[in-house]
Amino acid sequence: MPRSAGRGGIPQERRELVTERNIPLWEVFIRSRNGLAHKHVGSLHAADSEMALQAARDVYTRRGEGLSIWVVPSAAIVASDPADKEVLFEPTASKVYRHPTFYEVPDEVGHM
Amino acid sequence: MYTQALNTREAIGPVEDPEHEARFQARVDGEEKVEPNDWMPEAYRRLLVRQISQHAHSEIVGMLPEGNWITRAPTLRRKAALLAKVQDEGGHGLYLYAAAETLDVSREELVEQLLAGKAKYSSIFNYPTLTWADIGAVGWLVDGAAIMNQIPLCRCSYGPYARAMIRICKEESFHQRQGYEIILTLSRGTAEQKAMAQGALNRWWWPSLMMFGPSDKESQHSDKSMRWKVKRFSNDELRQKFVDATVPQGLYLGLTFPDPELRFDEASGHWAFGAIDFDELRQVIAGNGPCNHERMKARRKAHDDGAWVREAALAYAEKRRSRRDTARAA
Amino acid sequence: MTTIIAADAPLVQYALRLADNALVLGHRLSEWCGHAPMLEEDIALANIALDLIGQARPLYAYAAELEGEGRNEDKLAYLRDASQYRNVLLVEQPNGDFAVTIVRQFLYAAFMAPFWRLLAGSRDATFAAIAAKAEKEAAYHLRHSAEWLIRLGDGTPESHARAQAALDELWMYTGELFEADAIERGLIERGVALDPQTLRPEWDETVDRVLGEATLKRPPDGWMQTGGRTGRHSEHLGFILADMQFLQRAYPGATW
Repeated sequence: MPRSAGRGGIPQERRELVTERNIPLWEVFIRSRNGLAHKHVGSLHAADSEMALQAARDVYTRRGEGLSIWVVPSAAIVASDPADKEVLFEPTASKVYRHPTFYEVPDEVGHM
Repeated sequence: MYTQALNTREAIGPVEDPEHEARFQARVDGEEKVEPNDWMPEAYRRLLVRQISQHAHSEIVGMLPEGNWITRAPTLRRKAALLAKVQDEGGHGLYLYAAAETLDVSREELVEQLLAGKAKYSSIFNYPTLTWADIGAVGWLVDGAAIMNQIPLCRCSYGPYARAMIRICKEESFHQRQGYEIILTLSRGTAEQKAMAQGALNRWWWPSLMMFGPSDKESQHSDKSMRWKVKRFSNDELRQKFVDATVPQGLYLGLTFPDPELRFDEASGHWAFGAIDFDELRQVIAGNGPCNHERMKARRKAHDDGAWVREAALAYAEKRRSRRDTARAA
Repeated sequence: MTTIIAADAPLVQYALRLADNALVLGHRLSEWCGHAPMLEEDIALANIALDLIGQARPLYAYAAELEGEGRNEDKLAYLRDASQYRNVLLVEQPNGDFAVTIVRQFLYAAFMAPFWRLLAGSRDATFAAIAAKAEKEAAYHLRHSAEWLIRLGDGTPESHARAQAALDELWMYTGELFEADAIERGLIERGVALDPQTLRPEWDETVDRVLGEATLKRPPDGWMQTGGRTGRHSEHLGFILADMQFLQRAYPGATW
């Protein structure tokens, strides 16, 4: 792609000086039907919460996908470290007694 | 979760780390998805940033040739459908930028790269849409070719990219039908309309085949891309699939493909086609397509004209925050 | 197929006025597609445009049905010349910068949101049904444009100046929104159409509240431009139609 100066109205040199400030990123969660939980559907950029909510409506519910929207600043999300995956989640694998199939109930007793 | 903050370069780890790399490859081989804050080879991250951002840029630049006909669409039904379609392309660009942003780059940086001419986008959008039939051809052929590329990407090893592609493919499903319906209507119309349809097919056929990129012999990034399961099929495989699917659709329209060598090969069960002019593809990618300059000019103008609006939104958000803080302090 | 003249029955004319407003503004907004200040807003403007085109279509269909001349939505939209168009001047004004587009949208939506809400009670069942759907759309258009106007007005000195300039420029087209002529008066008496004057207090209240929050000055009610609803348009409409009607004019009678 040619990079000649001034093609977009601003000379190349000036363009590189104008460093654009980032518009904050938001995570969008949508409840598709009553009774269901809000589910993460994607992200968007907006300067504030009201604009984020409107953008979420305009971008992520164009095909009737939602009844309710949450927007959360991406920076507010705290996530577990993938390196901790084994420490955090493997210990539960051995707790078979937490599952109903661990216990024996005779067939004659019926569904329990 | 798609957050920029989690993807600092340090978290990704040293570039050379054979032990990590081996474990990473084993996960990919086992069809496990890679998620944003997982360890990944630096080259994998770079490959994804390049591919996803190119893909996003293509969606955004791709709005221009089709947007060109929104105000001239010949019926209200066509006008609404085309506007909704081009709007979708904008949405797809948005989803893809967001997927790239999970890899430690901001949308602003990626857009800057595009506007500075440092990033590529699909060569196809540097061709002009000269008649209404081109809108049909773009939907039928260009979206048709894109779908061939995009469906396997729904299974890509990188989670956020794969999820974006699933959403995109779902939305994309009406695009090709919309285009084909336009071409079908024209090919059943007056002699002038039929000529319009044929003209569009003549101009868009070869560039559509070029969308799959250089032939497998020449493709630079394919090896790694396949090993890391970003890509599942080679350029030539996808191109052949597209030709096999599209030729019967074109024959149904009663149109002729601009390729005298096109014939059905009974032995292989595939349509054989003539040699692609890869020099033209190289020229278009190098910036010499019919519309490269105009496309970039339009993107730069939109970006520059919008700068004061984005500034205003940020300035207002800051004012609102500080007013709230003052109110709280009082 | 040459240029057509729509029937002058009041009900037909009323449907056309509403339809033309929606289509012309929708067309204007669609010009932004691919060129908006940010991607999110590109999608938002296209949504509004699609709502407006969607409002126009059943109104044209209804006008065609009332006429009984075998026309349809496309004949009415694509084969009338500018002097047959019945939209207010406000909606045909060029997009200008983003401030002009937002102010135009806001001034229009502040009128249309209550308009559709009240027209939903029309004695004419078709108008009532179309209005009931359009009411929700217009309420969102108002919300979206008002929030943007507040941000532009109370954003940076540049955005404030642009928003004020847009407001000053477009204010003279607001008077026409509240006009009712003989065509409408009969329909108003029959409970079919709405007396636009009854919307004045709510429009004033909305405009004052939003402009206040946006730190913008409401321009004085000076001379108001008029004529669109009787076919006397600004120069801009001719260019819109030249674009919009090109294919139907160049290939008469073809099916698309």
